[in-house]
Amino acid sequence: MDVLDLSRWQFGITTVYHFLFVPLTIGLSIIVAGLQTAWYRTGKPAYLRLTRFWGRLFLINFAMGVVTGIVQEFQFGMNWSEYSRFVGDVFGAPLAMEGLMAFFLESTFLGLWIFGWEKLPPRLHLATIWVAAIGTNISAYFILAANSWMQHPVGYRLNPVTGRAELTDIWAVLTNSTTLVTFPHVIFGAFVTAGAFVIGISAWQLARKRDVELFRTSARMAMAVTLVASAGVAFSGHWQAQIMTEQQPMKMAAAEALWEDETSAGFSLFAVGDVQNGRNHINIQVPYGLSILSTNTLDGKVEGVNDIQARYQSKYGPGDYRPVVGIAYWSFRLMIGFGALAGLLALAGLWLTRRGRLPANPWFYRLAVFGIGLPFLANSLGWIFTEIGRQPWTVFGIMRTAAAVSPGSDVAEVAITLVGFTLVYAVLAVIEVRLLLKFIRLGPEPEGEPDRPAEPIPALSY
Amino acid sequence: MELTTVWFVLIAVLWTGYFMLEGFDFGVGILLPFLGRDKADRKTLVASIGPVWDGNEVWLLVAGGATFAAFPEWYATLFSGFYLPLFLILLALIVRGVALEYRGKSDSSKGWDRAFFWGSLGPAFLWGVAFANIVRGVPLDKGHEYTGTLFTLLNPYALLGGVATLALFTLHGAVFLTLKTTGDLRDRAKRLTRVIGPAALAAGGLFLVVTQLLVGKPVTWLSVAVAAAGIAGAVVATYRGRDGWAFAANAVAIVAVTVTLFGNLWPNVMPAIDPANSLTVHNASSTPYTLGVMTWVAAIFTPLVLAYQGWTYWIFRQRLR
Ligand code: HDD
Ligand code: HEM
Ligand code: HEM
Repeated sequence: MDVLDLSRWQFGITTVYHFLFVPLTIGLSIIVAGLQTAWYRTGKPAYLRLTRFWGRLFLINFAMGVVTGIVQEFQFGMNWSEYSRFVGDVFGAPLAMEGLMAFFLESTFLGLWIFGWEKLPPRLHLATIWVAAIGTNISAYFILAANSWMQHPVGYRLNPVTGRAELTDIWAVLTNSTTLVTFPHVIFGAFVTAGAFVIGISAWQLARKRDVELFRTSARMAMAVTLVASAGVAFSGHWQAQIMTEQQPMKMAAAEALWEDETSAGFSLFAVGDVQNGRNHINIQVPYGLSILSTNTLDGKVEGVNDIQARYQSKYGPGDYRPVVGIAYWSFRLMIGFGALAGLLALAGLWLTRRGRLPANPWFYRLAVFGIGLPFLANSLGWIFTEIGRQPWTVFGIMRTAAAVSPGSDVAEVAITLVGFTLVYAVLAVIEVRLLLKFIRLGPEPEGEPDRPAEPIPALSY
Repeated sequence: MELTTVWFVLIAVLWTGYFMLEGFDFGVGILLPFLGRDKADRKTLVASIGPVWDGNEVWLLVAGGATFAAFPEWYATLFSGFYLPLFLILLALIVRGVALEYRGKSDSSKGWDRAFFWGSLGPAFLWGVAFANIVRGVPLDKGHEYTGTLFTLLNPYALLGGVATLALFTLHGAVFLTLKTTGDLRDRAKRLTRVIGPAALAAGGLFLVVTQLLVGKPVTWLSVAVAAAGIAGAVVATYRGRDGWAFAANAVAIVAVTVTLFGNLWPNVMPAIDPANSLTVHNASSTPYTLGVMTWVAAIFTPLVLAYQGWTYWIFRQRLR
């Protein structure tokens, strides 16, 4: 493997890993804030216990999100220095804004929330978790704006002397059509993730008949969240597919293993193809599906891989402009499939727990526990699709991945960091899951006010 | 003032904020095995920074992001050039962050305390190494890519820089703990400043004087003097029982050290051994448009951040028992 391959693996591994924690943070922060609001409004101890229970799991996850995020912030410089040089003028701005507007909010107010139970008046304390939760969403917006610019560069010009991309319109970057469709998709995806997490853990507790009323409440609430979010993910995904077909037709063609331009194209469910020669051996399709998904019409024209490849060669010069079709095809399908299963699970759960009922069949509980993994798979596959589908470009149409890598680094260096990060991340994953399991087993704290130790008159320090 | 100057100053401010705030977090981690005799002590030590350490660390992230936005070439050269030291810093910050959040939740905190110690010691030393190299200059080629190796960075001057920041941050932690704790723990922290104070003065002083002789400007002798006075003041004030003043004095010392380094750097951001290849505020910067946009963003949000972070320190202003 050369530096390019190693750098790509490193970026892929660390970023997919970061994004295991991110959606759970985004979704769970709002769920915890909602529970605490319910407690504040009703004063029912059950809501406080739920807030504390889910809040603790949220914090265990948040810690991992933070430390893996630190690596992200510096990776562009470490492994992609040419990239950073040539697009930093545009790309750095949303990244810096994210830090200044979102990371400070999240970290500071979460510190206040964790340590402020005894120190802040309840109303103010409630506000701190909301501010932190909003911070996570602001963070998502800016980083997605940065990523969307790589998918669909806008608001810039190429300096003919230096070859660098230069920002000409920040507003265009922040309101990129790609960002506007990606943001809801990612946020809905985050709620599917947090919802399935809460459903699965509640089911585990219910199967053991622990705190039945409490976990029935949180399970049903999470099922509603997941169901609504699943619909949201589907609608926003549909909308995204249309924008994508327009902006990156190659990605859609690869996602569908559609080799030639077609009208009234079908949506492929299962295909076995021959990438070298650009054709399929087997292809089972939903008639008209793809044309509807991409253009909202039955006979919309969808471009195919071979035709786009020919067009790109005349536009960008000789080269292979096809991403890895197999990965694009399967990651797209599996994203939708795993997400749909999570939605179905939530729907079934709502039905089975209607009007005070609880499912008698232990299989439902088992499925719900396995269901926790579904959105994580869907999220990872979604990103793998988005990023692999963009290849060979790092910034679509203006910078190739091969030109983005740091010219100065050598294989040994990148191999060391790749192995180092991967090992540390693997160990931390084990520790994190163990810790989560420990607190899930421990269950919610007994009823009562959060421990407010009788503070002796504290001395002022500053 | 030119926008490139504004951003040079802003990035210096971000690093200063980072060193001043995370400096005592590092110090607490380094002192943990020395001051934390029993479980209760260690819990108090960690609790002293519990609510604030994450917010303090964001100063680093924003310094990184701001450098990316304002001086992309600097960001690219620095982090690809200082690849392995940065990797070590990142690993240290990872295990340290996880240790701080997980030690109280795990059955045994022993391993986490070790991670907290090393995760604090590593960056406290390595940031000094990194900044010493930045200020003195490193081999860069025409494309501004770093051409040295790991060992180029581990020269005696840079190692001295590492020892200096290590000592300074350890002192900062000791002064901070004297301010934040009571009773026996406070007495011990206080006694430690007696040892660390002179060490910090010696290491920091030597480093700054060598810096002045290598790359110094006449005016930065002023900040060197302020740094020395700050450290000495911190030690004296600790003795007089004026803990607040001691902390303030040491904070001034850290500011003065960063001012010295950035003052000597200007107008370069990363001088090269061959001056023709140096990165300066001019050839490393973004366009005036980007800098203008970012100036507005910084002008609006920096005061806000200072206000709510300041408020957090106010909320958690009591001494811990
Ligand atoms: C859609 C959302 C999203 C995406 C695509 C990314 N992140 Fe992230 N990131 C978050 C959403 C988020 C968050 C929700 O704000 C996190 C997750 C957990 C957390 O603690 O905050 C976070 C944490 C986090 C932190 C730590 C912040 C702190 O200390 O509070 C940094 C430095 C980054 N991220 C940087 C990045 C970079 C450079 C990315 C691009 C490769 C990236 N993240 C992808
Ligand atoms: C968190 C969700 C994300 C995931 C899971 C993800 C995943 C990936 C993967 C798997 C690759 C490697 C593709 C390949 O080499 O074939 C990649 C490349 C890349 N991504 Fe993302 N990405 C995410 C978000 C982002 C964001 C938000 C940005 C920018 C702000 C970004 C910037 C890049 C860059 C610069 C590369 C360059 C390396 C390359 O093209 O191989 N990614 N990403
Ligand atoms: C009907 C269901 C879905 C459709 C039609 C759909 C569609 C899409 C499309 C077209 C993209 C690529 C966007 C681009 O590259 O420009 C995408 C990306 C993505 N999807 Fe989905 N998706 C669906 C379900 C899900 C589910 C259930 C999840 C997670 C729970 C999910 C998570 C993601 C993520 C994280 C990305 C990458 C970020 C992005 O580009 O938005 N998707 N999806």
